[in-house]
Amino acid sequence: MDFQLTPEQQALKNEFEKFFSEEIKNAPPNWSGNLMALFESDENWAYHRSVADKLGEKGWLSLPWPKKYGGQEHSYFEQLLFNEVRAYYRVPGVDMWGPQIVAPSILEHGSEEIKNTWLPRISRGEINWCQGWSEPNAGSDLASLATKAVENGDDYVLNGQKIWTSGAHRADHMFLMARTDPDVPKHKGITYFLTDIDKPGITIRELLFMHKKRDYNEVFFDNFRIPKKNIVGDINKGWYVTMAGINFERSMIGSVSELQGELEELVELCKGTERNGKTLAKDPLVRQKLAQLAIELEAAKNWAYYVSHLQSKGQNVPAESSAAKWFSSELTVRFANTVIEIMGLYGTLKEGSKWAMLDGRFEDMCQISLGITIAGGTTETMKNIISWMGLKLPR
Amino acid sequence: MDLNFTETQDIVRTTAREFMARYYPKSLVRELEEEPIGFREDIWKEAANLGWLGWVIPEEYGGVGGDFLELIVLLEEMGKACFMLPFFSTVICSLPILAAGTKEQKEELLPKIAQGEMIFSLAFTEPSATYEAAGIETKAVADGNDYVINGTKLFIHDAQVAHSFLCAARTETDKANPENGITLFVVDAKSPGIKITPLEAIADDKQTEVIFKDVKVSKDAMIGEINQGFPIIKRLLEQAAVAKCAEMMGGADWMVENCVAYAIERVQYGKPIGSYGIIQSYLSEMWAEVGIAKRLMYYAAWLVAQGGPCAKEVAMAKSLASEVYRSQTRMGVQIFGGIGTTREHDMGLYYRRARQAALLFGDPISMRERVAQEIGL
Repeated sequence: MDFQLTPEQQALKNEFEKFFSEEIKNAPPNWSGNLMALFESDENWAYHRSVADKLGEKGWLSLPWPKKYGGQEHSYFEQLLFNEVRAYYRVPGVDMWGPQIVAPSILEHGSEEIKNTWLPRISRGEINWCQGWSEPNAGSDLASLATKAVENGDDYVLNGQKIWTSGAHRADHMFLMARTDPDVPKHKGITYFLTDIDKPGITIRELLFMHKKRDYNEVFFDNFRIPKKNIVGDINKGWYVTMAGINFERSMIGSVSELQGELEELVELCKGTERNGKTLAKDPLVRQKLAQLAIELEAAKNWAYYVSHLQSKGQNVPAESSAAKWFSSELTVRFANTVIEIMGLYGTLKEGSKWAMLDGRFEDMCQISLGITIAGGTTETMKNIISWMGLKLPR
Repeated sequence: MDLNFTETQDIVRTTAREFMARYYPKSLVRELEEEPIGFREDIWKEAANLGWLGWVIPEEYGGVGGDFLELIVLLEEMGKACFMLPFFSTVICSLPILAAGTKEQKEELLPKIAQGEMIFSLAFTEPSATYEAAGIETKAVADGNDYVINGTKLFIHDAQVAHSFLCAARTETDKANPENGITLFVVDAKSPGIKITPLEAIADDKQTEVIFKDVKVSKDAMIGEINQGFPIIKRLLEQAAVAKCAEMMGGADWMVENCVAYAIERVQYGKPIGSYGIIQSYLSEMWAEVGIAKRLMYYAAWLVAQGGPCAKEVAMAKSLASEVYRSQTRMGVQIFGGIGTTREHDMGLYYRRARQAALLFGDPISMRERVAQEIGL
């Protein structure tokens, strides 16, 4: 057992450090770096886009892909180092879906034509994706989705509704699943499509998060046409195409690393903030709480490295990656709420107030983090996967 | 970075499992718990024959010359089996002798330890019940070629079978910095003036009160320099804390395996209880938390083995392992239901040990305070 990075890994990590520590200096004045901050304003979105172009140029959006399709053929572990450093500096520039969810599905199931059409554009950071999976009646039970796609000439015609579509209002493309055969068991009648969304037949409606910011959307299809050439994999085999999409760097290092940066700022804040005649840093209870967060972060980081290590050895790690998702997402919620508690009355002030602490990032985070324990597999789904696939408990 | 176990680590684990299966059934744990001495010469000799007592002692001193991570793997298996012989006490005392002893001391003591001929007990804690230097009030006063030790050591493990103590005593009082003025001595357990009284405690581990009254020890028995014992002890406490984590995590492995197996086999309302969502929720959290705490333990152990600074990571690992082991052994009892609360069921062995181990070599509260200091608070 050796926790030391190889010289090559260390050199690559240093390169990431150098780039992101500089790049954060170009952030617009109101950039919080929180999850979804990129959607919040035109300035934020422009910043995200400018970083995406640079990352595309460097080849950093396709680190683990084969060279043949523009990738760097690094392992998941190098991908982890990239995700770790980027999140620490809270720099955007990586589309939430393209490199890590869409691309693996295309790589495993796409035709050469699909690969050659889409992969270079994803690796250059050109495409802004949104995800058309969840529906009002298809949440954790995703395979029960009802949006219909019916063959019509060279196209499929879609009717139905998607929901929780993060960033659809900024996106130019969607990857989605729709039902192409209603008469077979639910997993076997689903097809995986890629489409641009700047055309008729689609309506995007805002669905505000509880803190009034726009992250989610509802998306409605009304005779929306997608050419057949945009299908990934075979007709009715879309469910299995999505399974490849879970084959990405799944350690959750990003959330952990972002919080590590926050913890360091928090320590400084506590040293400089007086309450009841002494600094917060001298309050034993505050010390215990911050230490506990530091411990959980270090533990989550080590677990992330472990998951990434297993993945790099080619292992399929459903239970381990589910544990990472469970622990890190719940930790984010705990973290945000603990910070607000420590800040006291200041903790609830929103960004923009001259009285707000740490730019009000935690007023935001204690709300937006609730999405993380739900999106991409709820905490309950993660525990189911651990129980059924990891512990082999009966269903 | 390579997080796989080495071949040697795998061999150590396999050997330890076979050993425990052959020589150390749970019925023996129960016997040892009930006995005041709690020792088995034959098993001790077998352990020595396998090289375990000298695992981290270099070959030139009669040891195996293995590394600390292999010791960690071995301790996990011991924790899993509730191994009660004075292995832990003896091995942790061998570490400072190795690190700070003179050549003569090493040649004299280490081969005996490795061969199983010398059992050690760490006489560090006192009624102050702390691992901080300020808690050491036992005094050693120079008297010709000797020192004379007076004081009370408390919560001392395995004194009842020890041939020697590694004893921390104050040779100078420095109010400004209590870490100055502590000296380490190897003390013959048969020395006149030593009085050992057993303590009954939650884990039925062999804790004692050891009173030193005018106990004479030669100057040659000093480990390290006069008044400079605490840095040696600090290192020892870090090693011991991680070693204790390994025992706890080994016990936690037993718990996860056995709780999962029971949940599959135990039927209520016509179905295995492991098919119910609430039990699955308990067990998935148990498995995940134990796994996560264990990975942090390995990282801390690796840092200890590297020999560099590791105070923060050790404190983190000890705090997390202790909290997880305590809270999850409580859930473990819940999963077994009524039978889990009985003296005859094995779950209680682990529940009781979790409560003891959490407090040894740094309880979670003081470990978190250490972390707070290390992160800049």
